[in-house]
Amino acid sequence: MRDRGAIYTGLVIFLGLITFPVWHNISSGATSKGPEPVLPAGPKQCVAPLNYMRASHMHMLMDWRNTVVRQDVHSFQALNGKTYEMNLTGTCLTGCHTNKADFCDRCHNYAGVSVYCWDCHVDPKLAARSSK
Amino acid sequence: MKITRKEFLGISGACLLALSGKKVLAVLDGADQGEPEQTAANPARKRWGMLIDTKKCAKDQGCTRCLQACDRAHNIPSIANPAHEIKWIWEQPFADLFSSYQTEYLGSARKQQPTPVMCNHCDDPSCVRVCPTGATWKREEDGLVMMDWHRCIGCRYCMAACPYGSRSFNWEDPRPHIAALNAEYPTRTKGVVEKCTFCSERLAKGQMPSCVEACPEKALVFGDLNDSQSEIRTLLASQYTLRRKPELGTGPNIYYVA
Repeated sequence: MRDRGAIYTGLVIFLGLITFPVWHNISSGATSKGPEPVLPAGPKQCVAPLNYMRASHMHMLMDWRNTVVRQDVHSFQALNGKTYEMNLTGTCLTGCHTNKADFCDRCHNYAGVSVYCWDCHVDPKLAARSSK
Repeated sequence: MKITRKEFLGISGACLLALSGKKVLAVLDGADQGEPEQTAANPARKRWGMLIDTKKCAKDQGCTRCLQACDRAHNIPSIANPAHEIKWIWEQPFADLFSSYQTEYLGSARKQQPTPVMCNHCDDPSCVRVCPTGATWKREEDGLVMMDWHRCIGCRYCMAACPYGSRSFNWEDPRPHIAALNAEYPTRTKGVVEKCTFCSERLAKGQMPSCVEACPEKALVFGDLNDSQSEIRTLLASQYTLRRKPELGTGPNIYYVA
């Protein structure tokens, strides 16, 4: 092993380069960062308990969609006794989560989920921009 | 308990006979009932229809308020390419719609009279029969031919089946072609078929369809064809009306006063 020095140096440089993304993220603190969605400032109560919404909002929205489109039922009786209109844009986005980019998108981007809801359902902010 | 093969087969046969007999009886029982009539006990069963008075419509030549109201309410894109255009309600010359009724002496003004056209919400819709995914269906409670855009796979069988050309296909993303986005109604996406829904979202709130509301001449009358006291039934009783291609047996629910 006459070239020991050169081999070890090369190995260290090689390992350093392929693990660069790991070092980079650790040094910038990105790995410890969650999606940090911005919760609505005003209303504190969602249509269902927080834990349920966190894990299963997609199932609830799918239920809403089928109930509204297929059964023509538009109102939703929540556990807390309140009645809401089952309407993604009208109830969720207009009533509480007025900032889709900081709430929906942050989590979806973090989790690498691409949803097609917004291909059709309109973000009110987008509508406000287009009517200007 | 011991059971021989012969007894087992005998019992199975008797059971099958009893089951099939029950089905036969059920069919015989229900045979003379037919469609449930709308009564005081069953007021929910509606049949929405529309009457279009072409004479009233002709009073204001060039008026397109009904079309504009629909376009605004439902985020309908305006695409210049006629092969890609999306239509829920549109205008066609009177003579094109009722070619089999006209005589050779009909004046050209009347022939060219732009007449509003939309989905006929047929009693027996051919589009519903051919849809492979159940994305379009006939709503039992009020007769609307509904669409679930989530379910549409864009096969366009319904477009081939509809004899009225009431359906449009999104060949491209419609959003860049919508002048003012209305957040209260979703847009559609590329690869989906769409058509007039008789404003089911407004009917759910007890409102009239937007085209009906927008007409200053009250040329469009919307109502329940099952209710003999309704305005539309009164108007239908007192004047002669036409429907588009009734001979095809689809049972269109848009009536025209010629």
